[in-house]
Amino acid sequence: MTSAPSYSPTASPTASSAGSARPTPNGTAVVVGGNRIPFAKAGGAYAGASNLDMLTSTIDGLAARFGLAGARLDEVRAGAVLAHSRDFNLAREAVLGSSLDATTPAVTLQRACATSIEAAWDVANKVTLGQIEVGVAAGVDSTSDAPIVVSERLRRVLLRLGRARSVPEKLKLLGQLRPADLAPVAPNVNEPRTHLSMGEHQALTNLQWQVTREAQDAVALASHHHLAQAWQDGLFDDLVTPYRGLTRDAALRPETTAEALAGLRTVFGNDQPNPTMTAGNSTPLSDGAAAVLIASPEWAAQRQLPALARIVDAEAAAVDFVRGEDGLLMGGAFAVPRLLARQGLGLDDIDLVEIHEAFAGVVVATTTAWADEAFAAERLGLPALGTLDPARLNVAGSSLAAGHPFAATGARIVATLATLLARRRAADPEREAPFRGVISVCAAGGQAVAMLLEA
Amino acid sequence: MAKVPAPLRGVQQQVGRTLTKALGLTEPVSLRRTDPDHVDVPLASGPVLVVGTGPDADALATALLGWGVDVRRHSPQVGAPAQQRWGAVVAVLTDLESPGEEAEAVLAVAGVLRDLARCARVVTLSRLPRPDDTPARSAARAGVEGLVRSLGKELRAGATANGLQLADGVDVAAPAVLGALRFLVSARSAFVDGQLLPITSDGVAPADWTRPLEGLVAVVTGAARGIGAETVRVLARDGAHVLGVDVPAAGEGLARTMNAVGGIALQLDITAPDAGERILDRAERAFGGLDVLVHNAGILRDKLLANMSPEQWTSVVGVNLAAQLAITQTLAARVPDLVQVSLASTSGIAGNRGQTNYGYSKAGVIGATQAWAPVLAAGGGRANAVAPGFIETEMTSSIPAVPREISRRASSLGQGGKPVDVAEAIAFLASPQAGGVNGAVLRVCGQNLVGR
Repeated sequence: MTSAPSYSPTASPTASSAGSARPTPNGTAVVVGGNRIPFAKAGGAYAGASNLDMLTSTIDGLAARFGLAGARLDEVRAGAVLAHSRDFNLAREAVLGSSLDATTPAVTLQRACATSIEAAWDVANKVTLGQIEVGVAAGVDSTSDAPIVVSERLRRVLLRLGRARSVPEKLKLLGQLRPADLAPVAPNVNEPRTHLSMGEHQALTNLQWQVTREAQDAVALASHHHLAQAWQDGLFDDLVTPYRGLTRDAALRPETTAEALAGLRTVFGNDQPNPTMTAGNSTPLSDGAAAVLIASPEWAAQRQLPALARIVDAEAAAVDFVRGEDGLLMGGAFAVPRLLARQGLGLDDIDLVEIHEAFAGVVVATTTAWADEAFAAERLGLPALGTLDPARLNVAGSSLAAGHPFAATGARIVATLATLLARRRAADPEREAPFRGVISVCAAGGQAVAMLLEA
Repeated sequence: MAKVPAPLRGVQQQVGRTLTKALGLTEPVSLRRTDPDHVDVPLASGPVLVVGTGPDADALATALLGWGVDVRRHSPQVGAPAQQRWGAVVAVLTDLESPGEEAEAVLAVAGVLRDLARCARVVTLSRLPRPDDTPARSAARAGVEGLVRSLGKELRAGATANGLQLADGVDVAAPAVLGALRFLVSARSAFVDGQLLPITSDGVAPADWTRPLEGLVAVVTGAARGIGAETVRVLARDGAHVLGVDVPAAGEGLARTMNAVGGIALQLDITAPDAGERILDRAERAFGGLDVLVHNAGILRDKLLANMSPEQWTSVVGVNLAAQLAITQTLAARVPDLVQVSLASTSGIAGNRGQTNYGYSKAGVIGATQAWAPVLAAGGGRANAVAPGFIETEMTSSIPAVPREISRRASSLGQGGKPVDVAEAIAFLASPQAGGVNGAVLRVCGQNLVGR
């Protein structure tokens, strides 16, 4: 398939293996396709599946779709947010369990909810530099099979017990333990510095940006309707492979209505005078995995595989939500304007916008910030992006309806958006300007990653 | 096969034996099937006896020797070599002009029937009756059919009887004849019994008889599991590149099947209007073309006709018949030499209570096959069908125990077939050496007692 650039002291071009070329920086990376398993609800269809199981199956589905069984890829880059310590080499273990050639190298990485979009960015950069020809970026998370750890005190005692030499020493150590120390510590994804859950953080952001319940419920309703329509249209026939009997995203409620959403009780920000966040406009805890295949156009052409969209550029941002004035999940308000400014593009140049719906409020607050002149001038030093046409936003649904297995979301969005852009291009091959799409994925720790695709 | 709880297994066996004895049926034996690591080795389960005199018998014996088979001749004067456990007995009856001429060869076969190896084969080679035959010749030729079907019911211990019916002008040493004979003699035809296969043209010999599909591109619909998944494996074993198609909801099994053979999975509902286009596009992109189309996808919605809902009728006919017709229509226009193998069913031949919709669709498949045959032949292709009898699949494991056991026993081999048996027949009909077989329906039913 591909051979690594080989170093040869004699620098004889004929000495290197056939097909091996010198790295060509400023190359191009394209999305060839993707695969994910339907996203399940926590404790649902995948309750018995580990991250390794789900990631392996997702890579296998990708291999079957593109005929990669037995093929050596240049890299598989994947990670999980809720990671067991035994899964320290998750990506490589998934490769070894998959139908890919066992000589496919792999990297395990993590950038909270932006894990797999970060992986896609990394793979695209290596392809663009000519260091690799093809790679897989993937993410997986299980909230059902989350690690449970022992108390900090028990852990310290156990570690010292291992080093203790004499029986009296051991007994003395054990005597330090109290019954409370034996209780397992359930996992949580609260912010370590604020001890607030993401939902509570978003409730504060919603207050700051005056995000209404109605605006949030409208985002949720559109997400369910758009995702249901996309399933109906067969968009996911080439993007999803069923797993453990689940054939569609379990959180999807095609029949939901504005009235039903309006009737839900609030779950976050209930200490505020007018709480607005419900289970309907917040993502459910989910299990699932997603992968995206990224390659040079030459690799894709050689295998007669599609080049759905080019990965043009990406930008990360982080906000100081601990001491500063920005909300935890507002990174997209910085990353996207900076990315578009660098590319010399305005919001009007973008055909499709994908904002990860961690909460509906994230979408509303982020787009509000994009349109806010004062915010743009004071915080970004850039002109405001302007008002986003809702018809361009999350047109095939997003995390509220699909679910959000943390590390899987980026790869889900990259593959879906690339497919949508390729379809627009196929429907209008004459248009001179590229069809462009931008992605914003917010993440824990105040981070976000934005990415620009074009077809 | 559904697992019966241990304490009940003895009861189940006893029920089986009692039924078998009361009905005069066969006690089943484990059939000889292809070892994927040693395909066609050994070809037959013992030495092969060629019965018959004349140039056709000589030519055939010579051709068999070329495959490294231990070939022996039956001599009218001396009889058959003694002390053998025959793997196969081939009776050459191609020169029959009137009844009575068959007797010598038939009785020679009779003389060795007690010396057959387990899972031995009796194969007749005769000529296809023609409308313009003299009554005597037509009678002599047609008579072979009754001989084969009756002998199939007589043989025991996994042995089968089948016949090849050569059209006039087809030489006994033609690749199509040798290829079909090879299939019938080998372990590939384990569950084919009591069948007569017409051979109407010469066919083409493959470069490698053990990998006859080398370099060909095959599409299998309904590939996720059961007979479809097994067909993917056998086609790949025989050298084909395979594109597997199944509905998106079956994608997990499809991915597993296709990754196991290094093939490609296409999640597609075959009733979609653009299904043919998408199949062809994917096959051409992935493998540079398309040679073989296996229409395996099918659904069941069993109901007595009196209770049948419109959805139950139309969905079965839509998937099992209409979708096939549309896909072949699209493909035949772009691939004139398309080789098509469709899954019919004994339900479409003999009928089955509660399966009016399924029976309609499967009889329809046979009708479509016969109509496609000349159309595709004009472009160098062909269309054939395989009609499975009772096959042990996930689908048939849901049949209640007693009717299931009856279905198994009601065949000359006294057992149900395995998906691989159907897959072997499909792979044979897809191969170049089956080029002389067109418009045929090959039953893989262990000579089920219903229908022809």
